[in-house]
Amino acid sequence: MRLRFVGLLLGAFVFLFPFYYMLIGSLQAEPDPTVAGAFPEPGNLTLHNYGEIDKAINLGRSLVNSGIFTGGVILGTLVFGVLAGYALARLQFRGRGLVFNLMLLIQVVPFQLLTIPLYVLIVRSYGLADSYGGMILPFLINSTAVFVFRQYFLQLPAELFDAARIDGASELSILWRIAVPLVKPALLTGVLLTFIGPWNEFLWPFLITKQQDLQPLAVSLSNYLTTVSARAANPFGAVLAGACVLAAPAVALFLIFQRRFISANISSGVKG
Amino acid sequence: MRRGPVTRALGEHPIGAVFVTPYVVFLAAVFAYPLGFAVYMSFHDYFFTAPGAIVERPFVGFDNYVTVLSDPAVRRAFANVLVFLVINVPLTVVLSLGLSTALNSAIRWRTFFRVSYYVPYVTASVAVVGVWLFLFNSNGLVNSILGPLAPDPSWLVNSKLAMPTIAVYVTWKQLGFFILLYLAALQNVSKDLYEAASMDGAGRWKSFLNVTVPGVRPATTLVVLVATVTGANLFTEPYLLTGGGGPDGASASPVLIMYQRGIEQGNPDIGSAIGVLLVIGVLIIALIERRFVGRED
Repeated sequence: MRLRFVGLLLGAFVFLFPFYYMLIGSLQAEPDPTVAGAFPEPGNLTLHNYGEIDKAINLGRSLVNSGIFTGGVILGTLVFGVLAGYALARLQFRGRGLVFNLMLLIQVVPFQLLTIPLYVLIVRSYGLADSYGGMILPFLINSTAVFVFRQYFLQLPAELFDAARIDGASELSILWRIAVPLVKPALLTGVLLTFIGPWNEFLWPFLITKQQDLQPLAVSLSNYLTTVSARAANPFGAVLAGACVLAAPAVALFLIFQRRFISANISSGVKG
Repeated sequence: MRRGPVTRALGEHPIGAVFVTPYVVFLAAVFAYPLGFAVYMSFHDYFFTAPGAIVERPFVGFDNYVTVLSDPAVRRAFANVLVFLVINVPLTVVLSLGLSTALNSAIRWRTFFRVSYYVPYVTASVAVVGVWLFLFNSNGLVNSILGPLAPDPSWLVNSKLAMPTIAVYVTWKQLGFFILLYLAALQNVSKDLYEAASMDGAGRWKSFLNVTVPGVRPATTLVVLVATVTGANLFTEPYLLTGGGGPDGASASPVLIMYQRGIEQGNPDIGSAIGVLLVIGVLIIALIERRFVGRED
């Protein structure tokens, strides 16, 4: 029993230490890779690196871009995903089974493999390079969130819908007035689950944004990492400062709502 | 209730079809069409043109595939991803099953453990790559702890160690998700089976092998498949951790080469052929894995 606890503790250390080290490294003026460097005197800590990375990549602008990219995907998922989830759960129509199977099938298509054709279509054919639209489009509706919405709508009692239909309410108003208010927890779960996708996404926005003032933070930080950092005085400090800024919102949301994250991923994971 | 011909043809709530239309259009535009388009490009001489220009893109049969397969960099990348999978997949299964089993019976600090294992999964790879670079640098913390045992050349610039280091990094990053899958699966293993095993005098290890492992087999199949697909998609880590698949291509992944050939060098037909080959490769590996992991005893 004790051995098991020590094992779990050791695991937690391995998982958490890099995050601690990221924070410490971002606050040190000089990189100190010795063991003592992991436990610096509080007096030696400084916010200098945050200023450096802000000068190099304009943190505020990058955060706004990440926010617009993520916000667009969340909005698309909430509007179109809720409509689809509701129809798949509560409405009988031709082709419902087909759409549902398609949704499950999509989960196994690796996105990276669609990169080249999507790049050709969105950048070359539609001319959407360096635009928020082009960034958002491939992620517009998160299929896992649609699945979660459907699960929640399915759990509502059928009598509720029958009664409203007898009263002559349209499906749209049943959805908006009755169903949505009852599945608010599902909406929160959907938002959280959708958030980490675009916020952390690197490859796609990296491909389609060449203009620096449109790049989300993950892209501008990685460009700093691969090109500029070699010339900086304390490259690791600045990179780690940027990394902390990028990691903070996702980690904070996760810590606040960890119960929802975890239950959502379990339900999406065991469905297949 | 009497069903009219319209109801029979369209279903009871035809409005449902309207509700799912945006989603269906999205799936068609972002998944189905590009998938077909990739296959089309891989069989044609396809190149970038100015928007609206009409050019001939002749059918070239398997030419692009021949080019791809005779490219040593591509072959190297596919071999690299195999090395990655051989390390990453078993490590993921063993560690996530072990930790979730321990977590399932631990009472103290359960939430703390669950949260700490999951934090890397919700964090952007670009952010954690920064700290791994710092840790595994030639004179980073890991080497300064190892002292004379530190590898030379260091982890990420050593052609033998670069890919294994990336495989370990990805295992660490994704493990929390797989631990959750196993935790869910463990709830479905019947308590009676454990009781029966302990009645038969089985120790903890025996009952783990004879009850837990077979009991979570469907989850293991899922974990193996998801880990394989994730591994086949590897891009960010070799791009950033080893400076674009270095040293000398030792950690290049197929998606990285696909990006270089398809977009950097402007040959989307070649890039698409690499993508199609990768999908076929993943399907073959997934079928083999299913045979081994998914079999019923």
